[in-house]
Amino acid sequence: MKKLCWKILLLPLFIYFIFFSYSLASATETSTETISANQWFNSQRINVFIILIVFFAFVLYFIQKAKRGGSLFVRRIAGLDAIEDAVGRATEMGKPILYISGIEDMDNLQTVASMIILGNVAEMVAAYDVPLIVPVCLPFVVTVAEESVKQGYAKAGRPEAYNRNNVRYLTSEQFAYAAGVNGIMLREKPAANFMFGSFYAESLLMAETGLSTGAIQVAGTANIHQLPFFVVACDFTLIGEELFAASAYLSREPKLLGSLKASDLAKFLIMVMLVFGVLLETFGITKFTYWFFVQ
Amino acid sequence: MGTEEIIWNGVAAFLVLCIYTFLYKDNPFYKFAEHLVVGVSAGYFAVILYYNGFVPKLITPLKQGQWVYIIPAILGMMMWTRFSKKWSWLSRFSLAFYIGSGTGFAIPLYMQNYVLRQFSSSMLPMGFSSWALFCNILIIVGVLSALVYFFFSKEHTGIFGGTAKIGIWTLMIGFGAGFGLTVMGRISLLAERVVFLREYLLELKYYLYLLFKYGLPL
Repeated sequence: MKKLCWKILLLPLFIYFIFFSYSLASATETSTETISANQWFNSQRINVFIILIVFFAFVLYFIQKAKRGGSLFVRRIAGLDAIEDAVGRATEMGKPILYISGIEDMDNLQTVASMIILGNVAEMVAAYDVPLIVPVCLPFVVTVAEESVKQGYAKAGRPEAYNRNNVRYLTSEQFAYAAGVNGIMLREKPAANFMFGSFYAESLLMAETGLSTGAIQVAGTANIHQLPFFVVACDFTLIGEELFAASAYLSREPKLLGSLKASDLAKFLIMVMLVFGVLLETFGITKFTYWFFVQ
Repeated sequence: MGTEEIIWNGVAAFLVLCIYTFLYKDNPFYKFAEHLVVGVSAGYFAVILYYNGFVPKLITPLKQGQWVYIIPAILGMMMWTRFSKKWSWLSRFSLAFYIGSGTGFAIPLYMQNYVLRQFSSSMLPMGFSSWALFCNILIIVGVLSALVYFFFSKEHTGIFGGTAKIGIWTLMIGFGAGFGLTVMGRISLLAERVVFLREYLLELKYYLYLLFKYGLPL
């Protein structure tokens, strides 16, 4: 198996060197006439292609490892432990829980991560018998949110407790959505607000209103410009990649844990290559940096 | 400003004030403005989707004989099966197709824009003037320690924990700068609304003056 993994890792490098040497050789020839044509492959993005193949090889390796029962340690993430506390608090207070999944569609990775977390939150909520309100901004996300919540309730063994009316489409307009969510926060007074996904200028409007109602707030986004608002207005904030790690942390599913471990290994390699690149740059060798440059 | 403009700008000014009443507490004026904006925008987006999505991306290509567009049309119609308990499972094909293709498009873009661009920009030489050297070291240390913070495979203890702490401090300094920048942007939005209300009141005063003096609407 190890040999196979090494082959998977080395194959793209081998392909690249063949391709790179070919492109260097062809670059020396003088072109006379060029005719443009549709192409299936953008050779200027070969670096993205190779890095993705290497990353996917890592993911597949760690998924296999997780499936075989190998121990994959994930450190404690404080914000995620707070979710269960918040659900417990809502149960004690007899108040609902509000889950906001951001304002981007399902083609955004943050929304996908948010839907996985929603499934886990729904499972937790079903066990405690607390209403879970999910106001949604985009029509397609409504259907995915319904599925996630329904599956969460089914996993908890309480499919009959699922209330379809609690997954609500509000509007696709950003600030109208924020106004609608604020209205829900003020009138239904949820004990906990969870905000996971892709947020923009509406983030502070919602987080500030939630703060004023006294709800426990846990938020997470990878939109760097909105993180400061969540940091100041929420009790716990998942910063950037913690949002993607959350789904693996909560579910402990081999597939998700495998991708989390793979991203850790990729980060380690990035750090090593960064130090290496800095040294090369200092000695005036720029080819290494140029390889990672994306046009 | 004519009568029509006075009326419509008056509606806008009234709705702005309705929204600002939220600063006091939830009240019927805010509720009215909130429901109006949510309802109007939902209806508006339905029309926008029809004219910007349904017509140019389905009806027009089909009229031009591009029958391949039948496939997304069928996938779209399968979403309607959600209303039937018996057939709702069909909608999962559409969901799977959309999420799968969306993620497939997004992953290379994320790798390109959020990893490779930043990675290549962080490989900075250490051999310029002392100030540039200091700045480059600061950037590299910041990047490395922030990456350490996002390691999930190891507990944040010892040297590793200390480095992660530098990483979170780096992030927080960045967030502070971002917060200040955005707050300034929000204040300019507030200033724009205040200017609008002030100008409207001046125009209204002038309009009423003319109305009472000459008895003629402009």
